[in-house]
Amino acid sequence: MRILQIVLLAGLPAVLGAQQLSFDASTNAVKFSDAAPEGEVAGVATNSKGDIFVYTRTGHPTITIGTARPFAHGGSRLYQFDRTGKFIREIGKDSYGFEVAEQVRVDPQDNVWVVDQMSSMVIKFDANGRVALLLGRKSEAERVPAAPLDAPGRAGRGGGAPGAGQQSDVFQRPSDVAWDAAGNIYVADGLGPNARIAKFDRNGKFIKSWGSKGTANGQFNTVHGIAIDAKGDVYVADAGNKRIQVFDADGNFKSQITNIGTPSALCMTSGPHQYLYSSNSNPPNDIDSGGEIYKLELDGKIAGQFGKAGKSLKEFGTTNAIDCRRESELLIGEIGNWRVQKVMLKK
Amino acid sequence: MRPALLVVALSALTAVPLGAQSKAKATGVPEIPYDSVPNFIKMPADLYLGESMGVATNSKGHFFVFTRSATTRLFEFDQNGNYVREIGAGNYGFEFAHSVRVDPEDNIWVVDEGTNMVIKFNPAGRVIMVIGHRPEAVAGATTTVNVPVVPAEKYTLGRPTDVAWDQQGNIFVSDGYVNNRVVKYDKNGRFIAQVGSEKAGNGKEQLNLPHGIAVDAKGNVYVADRSNHRLQVFDNDLKFKASYDNIGDSWTVCVSPGPHQYLFTSNSNPNGNGPGTWDITGEIYKMELDGTILGRFGHASKQPGGFQVVHMMDCRNPDQIFVAEIESWRVQKLMLKPQLARTAGTK
Repeated sequence: MRILQIVLLAGLPAVLGAQQLSFDASTNAVKFSDAAPEGEVAGVATNSKGDIFVYTRTGHPTITIGTARPFAHGGSRLYQFDRTGKFIREIGKDSYGFEVAEQVRVDPQDNVWVVDQMSSMVIKFDANGRVALLLGRKSEAERVPAAPLDAPGRAGRGGGAPGAGQQSDVFQRPSDVAWDAAGNIYVADGLGPNARIAKFDRNGKFIKSWGSKGTANGQFNTVHGIAIDAKGDVYVADAGNKRIQVFDADGNFKSQITNIGTPSALCMTSGPHQYLYSSNSNPPNDIDSGGEIYKLELDGKIAGQFGKAGKSLKEFGTTNAIDCRRESELLIGEIGNWRVQKVMLKK
Repeated sequence: MRPALLVVALSALTAVPLGAQSKAKATGVPEIPYDSVPNFIKMPADLYLGESMGVATNSKGHFFVFTRSATTRLFEFDQNGNYVREIGAGNYGFEFAHSVRVDPEDNIWVVDEGTNMVIKFNPAGRVIMVIGHRPEAVAGATTTVNVPVVPAEKYTLGRPTDVAWDQQGNIFVSDGYVNNRVVKYDKNGRFIAQVGSEKAGNGKEQLNLPHGIAVDAKGNVYVADRSNHRLQVFDNDLKFKASYDNIGDSWTVCVSPGPHQYLFTSNSNPNGNGPGTWDITGEIYKMELDGTILGRFGHASKQPGGFQVVHMMDCRNPDQIFVAEIESWRVQKLMLKPQLARTAGTK
């Protein structure tokens, strides 16, 4: 009987009785083309003009043979579309740091920031698409066969013991980036063993980091997304611990939000009444549970939820990014469905 | 226990090595005369076919070739063999071509065994659905390519080989070199059922390298069960119906449309075998759906008109067969002629 209960519960949404938000959706927010081919949409973000940036896993991740070491390159591209979804240009074509797309965000000055999970770099492009700031450094070469993803001391991916939350300005599979009002930079680091948030000043000078692998307050188990509210509090999607942790700007633990499944993509709305969106993303190998997105008050109260996992319209496949510049008109980046879905929440 | 072990040991000793060829048991099969259209495909300068893994026609008579050149590429040609365009250049899911098929709405589906993906393009050539998930490059290059996930997951393919649909739009995927199963998904890509598993076997509802698949108008499923030297037939729920084991190694299958459907299967002739093997393999069989053999055509040869490892057939017109060959890097269009002396079918 007990086993039966567990089986039944596993198929249910994380929260029973949360208000279902009705919505429409479309898949024509951006128009892919031969010049900008489809791929796994890891990141999607808008700038102040409504232009849409998509960081996608596309093309061919490639290993070439060199001086006793194999070198990896390629596999991701950054596109810019206008507000009608028309492709405008590609940014960072053939960039050294583009390998496995993880996230793109646009800051208040319309700079475009890219987070790459494999090169372990955060790259800031100015509004003209030129590189303005670099955080982290790409591994010089790859090991073949591959070293385990969570092995300590992997070249270029930071050192230290797994889970140590090393104090360093290099990353191991970073997942997201955010800024506070002063322009300080916060990097979620990340999907690898580091399990920490790294903080830099606006010029890229490393200030501090906090967190290590674990389940206690202030510890993380797969840091997936990050968002900062107008007061400067930092919201971290602690996916492996199925919670969002809230910190002040110095990394002091304040509170946590649970009962929202496995938080993955986060987005903080602007304006006088801020909301936090959080996705309970399904893994790519399972579209039969989860997948819904929550709209949260900043105190953690659930304002509503929408969607579920799947491949059809109004379903989501491994959501990895949410853009919420407009509170009720969201852009959802889906890894599993190779698309950007526009969600229009009804009042 | 001990006799069972002995059987296992013996079967391991007598197992046919990969690439071995089987002489068909059927004898006295009438020959179907045919011509190969000379110089049918006209390639533009500086464009080449590589190993031709898949060929499929659409309702307008255009045909598509999925080929392994320096990168895996998908080309479209018109009914006269003139080059029209490339589809999916730089696609993230293109790594190692295996199959292309066109559904009744003229959508183009490719199966890539290097990325474990099935990708559906609309007639305009844009991606509208994907099944499976490419292993992420961040995990690096591994040396294990043949280890299945145990048990096989619903949405994780293991070097899939082919795709087909029934009249309701349900999707059938033969999967493949790592798994040994056929998976049925609904038209939206949601898992329904499977036959076989990650384990190879030669029982009625087991498979050993399911390498090609086709579905008839009633929804019955025909599977080229290559390493079991047979063609297995399942009903629409993937329950066993019949086994045709007299046609050599079924490498690929095709079912023609129309009120009277025919089944084609190829006893292809891979390399790596001793002298004399060309004499006993390389032919294609034309059959009734019930397994009655109507005739055979073709023979192993590297010259035009002969076959050098037929990997896929298109039989939209059962008297005009397109064949894609791996080891001659070509696609031929065959015009079948009426059989001179109509002999009784062989079962």
